[in-house]
Amino acid sequence: MPIFKTKKERKEGKSPDRGFLVFHNTSEVIRAETILKKRGWNVRVMGPPPELRTGCDLVIEFPLVEQLNILRLLKENRIPPIEIVPVDNPLMKPIDLFRTKDYGDYIMVRAANMKMTVEKNTLKIVNISGGGCPDVPYVSEELVGKILKEAPSPKEIGHTLCAYALHMAYEELKKKCLL
Amino acid sequence: MLALIGTIPYPNLPVISREILIKDGNLTIGGESFPIHRGFQAMIGAAAIVCAELGLSSPIGFTVGDIGLGDGSRRLYEYLKNRLTDLPAKVLTFHYLMPDVNWHNKVFWAIEERAERPILIADAGFMYVAKMSGYAPSYDLFTPDIGELAFLADDMAPHPFYTRGFICHEESNVPSLISRAYQGENASKAMIVKGEKDYICSKGEIVAIIEEPNVEALEAIGGTGDTLTGIVSALIYGGYAIEEAAILAARINRIAGQLAHPNPGTQVSEIIRHIPKAISMALKKNILTVSK
Repeated sequence: MPIFKTKKERKEGKSPDRGFLVFHNTSEVIRAETILKKRGWNVRVMGPPPELRTGCDLVIEFPLVEQLNILRLLKENRIPPIEIVPVDNPLMKPIDLFRTKDYGDYIMVRAANMKMTVEKNTLKIVNISGGGCPDVPYVSEELVGKILKEAPSPKEIGHTLCAYALHMAYEELKKKCLL
Repeated sequence: MLALIGTIPYPNLPVISREILIKDGNLTIGGESFPIHRGFQAMIGAAAIVCAELGLSSPIGFTVGDIGLGDGSRRLYEYLKNRLTDLPAKVLTFHYLMPDVNWHNKVFWAIEERAERPILIADAGFMYVAKMSGYAPSYDLFTPDIGELAFLADDMAPHPFYTRGFICHEESNVPSLISRAYQGENASKAMIVKGEKDYICSKGEIVAIIEEPNVEALEAIGGTGDTLTGIVSALIYGGYAIEEAAILAARINRIAGQLAHPNPGTQVSEIIRHIPKAISMALKKNILTVSK
């Protein structure tokens, strides 16, 4: 007998962790699918929902959280998608709000669930907090202790949506520090 | 058994399931040493210290290397799926793992097959996927920060990065975000919402707000949320009721932070070493309200 109150019915017909890659034309879809499958990604080609009928008549469904990694691979192969959206709500957009906290000698910027803090005098990244995807500790180790201007971009070395959110905080900090 | 499950950012680390020890500031899992950085290491380091201070058996770590490609997470999910049904764990704490609903459900259903119900705690990536799966109310404790609470409060968001703008991430908005998360059945039975004030919630109600000592720099320090998750996991394993453990853990974490005299550049390892003293200070203060 199950010991939990389960809600399996809620999952039916839903793809809460999947996204759609939208391309200009079908040949790009086919090329992208080949590249992604070759690299072992769990993707599939589908017809788009009505909200997305601005691109071609096919889209690729993919694991949304791993967006940054997939996008990098497609850009390397010169077939970046024209749009990336969540499957269950294609009109949803990434967060673009920032919260800034001034600690006197330090400044912290939060984007979604990610926070980056810089020492004002030296512009050294002193801390990265928040996030939950496995690349967050990795990216933190690569960035903390480095000067903002010289640190690698989270978008270049990260793989997930958490790294993407961190990248937005990083860009906002660079703007605030006039870099 | 207190089982602590998550990834470490070492690309070639195989799946390990061994005892976690911390001695003279060194963290080991099955004899292999790891630095106490933010993330899973900070969480298990804090939990191991609390277990040692309370005279409990050491926690068992279930970990693997993953730098965000998801390969390690999937190996660990597979390992857990095949073992969790028979694992004699009283408390299971899930932490940094690649959010993947399909794998979450396989692991969850393996736990569901157990004869006895373990206490389920989720933070970080596993909390995201627990919400996305629709099984959040089956979990005993989530430990979100405000950005993550907004994600739990947003029925539609597949990740905190997609939380809709009208769901305001402000500290003043926390009580309404908590209500919204519970109404949408996207919250666990109890929650600790980490922030300037720590909100302890149970079954949709805020049962306590911990705001002292107020150490402003802690929010900026990566890993202070991880230590809170580790501390509360160990206290629950030690027999404290979940809400009591949550209140006590929030206090211990804040006191440890205060003892480190931190600034926003302080690293979490400097805070973790103050946990033993923070435990004794928090227990003295709470002797009338928290019982074991």
